[in-house]
Amino acid sequence: MTEPIFEPGKIKKDFPLLEREVNGKPIVYLDSAATSQKPIEVINRMTDYYKEINANVHRGAYHIAELATAEMEETRAKVCRFINASSEKEIIFTKNATEAINLVAYTWARSQLNEGDVILLSSLEHHSNIVPWQQLSSERNIEIRWIPIEQDGQLNLRSIDELLTGVKLLCISAVSNALGTINPVKQLTDAAHKVGAICLVDACQSVPHFETDVAELGADFLAFSGHKMCGPTGIGVLWGRLELLEKMPPFLGGGEMILNVTSEGFTANEVPWKFEAGTPPIAEIIGLGVAVSYLENIGMEAIREHEQNLTSYSLDLLTERFGNDLTIHGPEAASDRSGVISFSYRDIHPHDISQVLDQYGVCVRAGHHCCKPLMTLLGLNATARASLYIYNDESDIKVLADAINEAGKLFS
Amino acid sequence: MPGLDDLYKEIILDHYKNPRNQGELPVPPAIMEEGFNPLCGDEVKVYVLTDGYVIKDIRIGVQGCSISQASASMMAELVLDKTLEEARNLIEKFKKMMSAHESNLDSSEIPEDANENLLGDLQALKGVVKYPVRIKCATLGWNTFDQIIDPKK
Repeated sequence: MTEPIFEPGKIKKDFPLLEREVNGKPIVYLDSAATSQKPIEVINRMTDYYKEINANVHRGAYHIAELATAEMEETRAKVCRFINASSEKEIIFTKNATEAINLVAYTWARSQLNEGDVILLSSLEHHSNIVPWQQLSSERNIEIRWIPIEQDGQLNLRSIDELLTGVKLLCISAVSNALGTINPVKQLTDAAHKVGAICLVDACQSVPHFETDVAELGADFLAFSGHKMCGPTGIGVLWGRLELLEKMPPFLGGGEMILNVTSEGFTANEVPWKFEAGTPPIAEIIGLGVAVSYLENIGMEAIREHEQNLTSYSLDLLTERFGNDLTIHGPEAASDRSGVISFSYRDIHPHDISQVLDQYGVCVRAGHHCCKPLMTLLGLNATARASLYIYNDESDIKVLADAINEAGKLFS
Repeated sequence: MPGLDDLYKEIILDHYKNPRNQGELPVPPAIMEEGFNPLCGDEVKVYVLTDGYVIKDIRIGVQGCSISQASASMMAELVLDKTLEEARNLIEKFKKMMSAHESNLDSSEIPEDANENLLGDLQALKGVVKYPVRIKCATLGWNTFDQIIDPKK
């Protein structure tokens, strides 16, 4: 028997928001790289949490508090399996990927890095994987080095050995949010480990779309956000190797992160709670757990296959229809990229393109995608970005193309 | 285009396609200031030459959308040869127009008084307030110009 065929039409029905109209037109949501829509199961489970088991976790010895704690910790176990971590203790809940990266910057990096050390970043990084390191750099006089890119948005690794000299920390995104480039993470982490560097992988754009195996990636830390993978906002994950996490000082101080407090001082809790001060976002954590199950039910391999096929279709359709008037940034082959399609159309500013697209119900992002250093390297001020997910299909891309055409008419 | 008529008025598209007073001026004697819109990456450079009393010349370089380009172009055309005091007054009028609430747009809250008419073609940008994200585009050139004539702000 063959595998069931991926049916985005059926999947679309799981997402209530995709039933709405915008400006009198059915919504065509193509901004999942910014945030994904949420399936009804996630929304319902979060509401049910508040209706049925709302209580603070790890505190009350009463029935509903136990239920809430169990469900929250069940998400930790699900996330652990989902990314093939070796222990649930390695899963730290944060507000989002940005906070996860900052946690590493404030704890691991500030306890390990000193003047003269080097941090290596790729030129494709999101501001969230740049600015925390720049803050540290100016505080400690740490050098930041950049892996260059080719014009097609793939990393240029010809001088990687030279670039890695003296590097203590490599920070690399698995997939570029601006161009969709899939980075050779394993190759980079292998090379970095050879010089004794620690590797932080920003997996915001990969965990929702690809099967993730932290061991296979060779990561030491991995950060991602729940809201880009069908989960709610306000919940992210930092995964770290247990050995590293145990040695790191705590991040924020407060309740939950302590074992004992006296008037003289405190003893930090064990990992992961050492890094989770205060009441956590319980409903959001539970929502993330449902999102993980939702994605697992569809299957990450099937998701990638669908997205690669739809990306391939989109690249062909846009190229055929608009020829040289439309430039698609990033790698040429759909197999080298995620479902992120960043484009320029004639000399129409992306803001104006997205404004016209909005009239046709089409939601795309316009701007620098929080990647200003990358945009500067590419000589771009801004691009329009359509980004695909499980619920998109060919009809969405046809509407996108028709709307781009209308933008062309208005500004011709 | 249905729905966008308020935003992309003909005069705006005209200034976008044929921007006035583009380019640079030698600094000094002119003063140059750069403005950025961190949301979208738009950048503007405004060059102003004054004799301390009148704006003798103004040039604009914008990397931005139709709204930011058209607004800066119309601004340059309007303030050229005006006194600094008149320019300050125009900045104030324009900012006031951009901060009007959408619901007041068609009511008498925004009076079509003599002061308002000073803005001339720029009144075409009134519709921008219906698109809150774009207000920053419309004011980018103005805020940068404001920095030049009142650097203390």
